[in-house]
Amino acid sequence: MANEDVIRQELAAKFPFMADTIVIKRERRIFAEVPADRFMQVFSHAATSMGFTHLCTMTGLDEGENLAFVYHLARPDGTLLNLKLAVPKTAPVIKTVTHLFPGGIMYEREVVDILGVRVEGLPPGKRYPLPDNWPAGQYPLRKDWKPDMLDAVQFTKGEMNNG
Amino acid sequence: MAKVTIPIGPQHPALKEPESFSITLSGERIVEMDMRLGYNHRGVEKACEERSYIQAMYLLERVCGICSHSHSTCFIQAVEEIAGLQTPPRAQYIRTLFAELERIHSHLLWLGVAGHEIGFDTLLMYSWRDREVVMDILASLSGNRVNYGMNTIGGVRRDFTKEQLAEVLKGVDILEERTKYYIEVATEEPTLINRLSGVGSLSHKDAVRLGTVGPTGRASNVDRDVRRDDPYAAYKDLSFKVITDTHNDVYGRTLVRVGELMESYKMIRQIVAQIPDGPVTVKAPRKIPAGEAVSRYEAPRGEDIHYVKANGTDKPERVKVRAPTLANLPSVSTMLKDNNLADVPITIAAIDPCFSCTDRMIRVKGGSKKKNEVLSWESLRLFSIGWYLERGIDFGSLNKTMKKLDRK
Repeated sequence: MANEDVIRQELAAKFPFMADTIVIKRERRIFAEVPADRFMQVFSHAATSMGFTHLCTMTGLDEGENLAFVYHLARPDGTLLNLKLAVPKTAPVIKTVTHLFPGGIMYEREVVDILGVRVEGLPPGKRYPLPDNWPAGQYPLRKDWKPDMLDAVQFTKGEMNNG
Repeated sequence: MAKVTIPIGPQHPALKEPESFSITLSGERIVEMDMRLGYNHRGVEKACEERSYIQAMYLLERVCGICSHSHSTCFIQAVEEIAGLQTPPRAQYIRTLFAELERIHSHLLWLGVAGHEIGFDTLLMYSWRDREVVMDILASLSGNRVNYGMNTIGGVRRDFTKEQLAEVLKGVDILEERTKYYIEVATEEPTLINRLSGVGSLSHKDAVRLGTVGPTGRASNVDRDVRRDDPYAAYKDLSFKVITDTHNDVYGRTLVRVGELMESYKMIRQIVAQIPDGPVTVKAPRKIPAGEAVSRYEAPRGEDIHYVKANGTDKPERVKVRAPTLANLPSVSTMLKDNNLADVPITIAAIDPCFSCTDRMIRVKGGSKKKNEVLSWESLRLFSIGWYLERGIDFGSLNKTMKKLDRK
């Protein structure tokens, strides 16, 4: 696992605050957790200087107190770097990565809709994937959300944008 | 000239699935395109959280009507990784065999759709007829044309005899011969070349920047293929080429797909020759220990990725699916810019957006006095010749005339 170790060492040397969280789960699979305030610095470094040129997708997670987001970055040699950040549910705000990966726009719109996070810098546009008349404040992928919660609320009218 | 914005979709004859495109035109020229997706959102990820792993696998197999094996394999690989299961090599080979058969059926289907979108319906009829060969292989091996239900946690559900695998090779020989003809059509037929060249251009830089995957990216010389870069199943044992092209347009995407068909035949021959003996499944626990894994898979349309998080129960904590079409759609606006309105259908079709194709029909009513009759290929052909003869169209004499013209 020479390749994976080189990546771990580079990340640990450059960003000592996250050194303990870097885990090599198997060949070509590296997971790491990054504090929210340093996330963009680490993400940009991986994308621009370490060869992780492809954003596969991002996964949103409901972890109780926090909303967590895992960015899956791939390198041409098949190595996948999974960078995770967590933000409190009381103020769920993350920053956009579309300046580095313009193709990631749909992934960000998706977490806005299904988990109710605000993505700073996400250009306005049509929402995805929920319907236009979906009621505000209903985030279906949060753990406490149940489909019958829709019975009690009014569906809105007209087209809604997000971002 | 004043700009006009026209809506295409969500329901529109030119689209095979619901998506809404809003296209701004200056005359015939496309200035801008905006899209609205999500009309087929079924809440599958949420539904998986309320189902056991094996139920979730069957549900995920139904995410897509064409890449059904892709999604179930991608998911099950992640689950097996979390559970630390060693899937037997024979099961890995069977998964790979189905993966390549699925790619053949998907690419031949695409070739037909592409032909149809440019008014070349003969190509549609030919390639869909030939696609039946691979559909029959899939049906005879798994019992189904789509949604094969091959996977289970820890392996596959069916094993095959040497004779069954030998039958597969017979089909592959026919398909290879037909594909050679399609390559000839794609490289020599001026109508096809002229219609597709320069349409839906996507530069290499844009293809990388927008994160395109699969044949869409490879036609813009993005040399990425999960099968080679991040090998799974039995791909590390197989030798194959990753087909790329530098045309950067719909024509390039056609060449990549027909080229990939030839590689798939090569791989299937290797699989049948090398498949190891042994069990096809290992015992899997009902409860999966806590953990997380990311699984990547090269579906016919490109990289499919599943993220699975387990919490120690028999139900997943989180399942995330990113199908290849979502990665490719942002590039469509760039492809369409400065193209003609008439190029919209073929350009959208060229990323091969996924739509369901689960209909099957082998029982034909009528045609003879028996109520329900199963027609063989030959009797169906004779039936259709007879049907036209009754209406005064004689293909027999037409064929003779064509042959005479050929000789001249």
